[in-house]
Amino acid sequence: MVLLQEIKKINDYEWEIPQSYRNDMRVAVRLFVTRRLLEDALGDRSLEQAINATTLPGVMQPVVVMPDMHQGYGFPIGGVAATRLTDGVVSPGAIGYDINCGVRLLGSRIELGAVEPVLSNLADALNRHCPSGVGVAGEYHLKDAELAQVCRIGARWALKKGLATEEDLLRTEEAGCLDGADPSRVSSQTKKRGLNQLGTLGAGNHFIEVDVVDRLYDDQAAQAMGLQEGMLTLQIHCGSRGFGHQICTDYVQELQSAVHRYGIKLPDRELVCAPLDSPEGKDYLAAMRSAANYAFCNRQLLAHAARLAFEEALAGVINNWQLHQVYDIAHNMGKTETHIVDGKKVKVCVHRKGATRAFGPGSPELPEAYRSIGQPVLVPGSMGTASWVLAGTAESMARSWGSSCHGAGRVMSRSQAKREIRGDRLRNELEANGIHIRAGSLPGLAEEAPRAYKDVDEVVETVHAAGIARKVARLRPVIVIKG
Amino acid sequence: MRSGYKEIQHTADWALQVWAPDLTELMHQAALGMIALMGARLNPEGRLERTLMVNAGDKEGLLVAFLNSILYEMELDSIGFDRFDLKLDGLKLHARLAGAPLLELQKSIKAVTFHNLEIRPVDAGLETTIVFDV
Repeated sequence: MVLLQEIKKINDYEWEIPQSYRNDMRVAVRLFVTRRLLEDALGDRSLEQAINATTLPGVMQPVVVMPDMHQGYGFPIGGVAATRLTDGVVSPGAIGYDINCGVRLLGSRIELGAVEPVLSNLADALNRHCPSGVGVAGEYHLKDAELAQVCRIGARWALKKGLATEEDLLRTEEAGCLDGADPSRVSSQTKKRGLNQLGTLGAGNHFIEVDVVDRLYDDQAAQAMGLQEGMLTLQIHCGSRGFGHQICTDYVQELQSAVHRYGIKLPDRELVCAPLDSPEGKDYLAAMRSAANYAFCNRQLLAHAARLAFEEALAGVINNWQLHQVYDIAHNMGKTETHIVDGKKVKVCVHRKGATRAFGPGSPELPEAYRSIGQPVLVPGSMGTASWVLAGTAESMARSWGSSCHGAGRVMSRSQAKREIRGDRLRNELEANGIHIRAGSLPGLAEEAPRAYKDVDEVVETVHAAGIARKVARLRPVIVIKG
Repeated sequence: MRSGYKEIQHTADWALQVWAPDLTELMHQAALGMIALMGARLNPEGRLERTLMVNAGDKEGLLVAFLNSILYEMELDSIGFDRFDLKLDGLKLHARLAGAPLLELQKSIKAVTFHNLEIRPVDAGLETTIVFDV
């Protein structure tokens, strides 16, 4: 158990667990937290998991942890670890089961006041058009060859079907398609799970939310993103569904023996890994990229369904019910990136698990519209609380592997939330606060209650003050759809 | 109780403590506990059976592979299980599962993890704690 006095304070928003803390650490852990958030983190095993992550072969200095950190399995949620391409490893557990879980934000010119009387209709329409819940299939029943195409071309598959615009893809991380996906590296079991789940939200902490832009902090960036105070936005939070879960399951199992073959010693079997240039490592990367592309396509199809819902509920009420893409970003992903380390360009595999890429201004990976302001960073809150739009900074490139936080971060266990919070009461409370809720499961709603999470505003203030992202806009929820 | 399971605290996911006099019964209790955590309610009609053959390099790997195979069957065909006939031959598990179509599944589990997984000998047999990604 790590003690507060063993953690070195760099400044009010940055702390470090030195490499000397444990013999098997290869690098230090850098924590972007306030003292209060750090004390929260000491209540679970997230710091121990971050220390374990520093034992991965080829890991570069430092392993970074975000203020929304909490205990996961193997690798902490909110963790970022970069491994050298030359002698480093890839670890499926450090990316997570929900490969390319992420958030999409769409903006609009719809004033809240103009549609307030029909928000309930809009919530019903979204609930109808966007399949959600445990075991719910979507309307896309793919053949094997179509699934392979989704794996290879990601969101572009939706564009070919007329279910996306070029602008949607342009404003998606990697334009909605990672190179190097190879569906032949995916098991037949996995493929079966992928055939009927495209275009579905799933359950758990995944959601669709309509928010109103509550306050702007950076007019120039907000203008580039098409965000205006008082206007509606839509967030979609989900990932690669059972397809991605099965890929991670398969490879975590398969790599149990690979670590012995490569003589890799790890403190936790969930961190199993393989050298990036090994056959096992390459196979996992090809499969993981297939799931990432599946997830990009999944969020695109949900965005299309949401647009249909907006049209159904708002046509005849207002003239312009269109939704434009602001950005789509992953927060569980392994990416090959080039970073500057000690003045030299180094190619690394950046593992982000519950952390968002946050590239700064001037990054060539960003679309033209965002190149001068930095990459939009989407930080969803916990149903009933604010969400945030941030922008990446030059500091994030220098200090956090171009990364920032991804959400509020849990602080209460699911079992405690279920014991202490009643789903029906919570729904009534949220409705009384003007938030329209559509939830497939009341116990599931209780588990995701706002007080089960940290204060998202404090999380955002921390990354802003630390300089690894800057505030652009605060969003307030008016509709929440949960599976 | 000589065998059983109970949910224990985990910040983000679910964790289940399982104990039994031997490995076969530990697998059985783990399957029962996992399905109970998910809040599965089965249709009283339409009974069905599935057969699983699972093997792994060690007993922890076998437990994870067995439980993940159950999750796979449940998700693919929207079914649940309430009876398990398990036969263990070294690190090979032959499982006959009986169940029915699902009427309700309150929560889904993404995967069974290896996180800090260890099947430990205790006075009354074996004990372990399994963390599920939800």
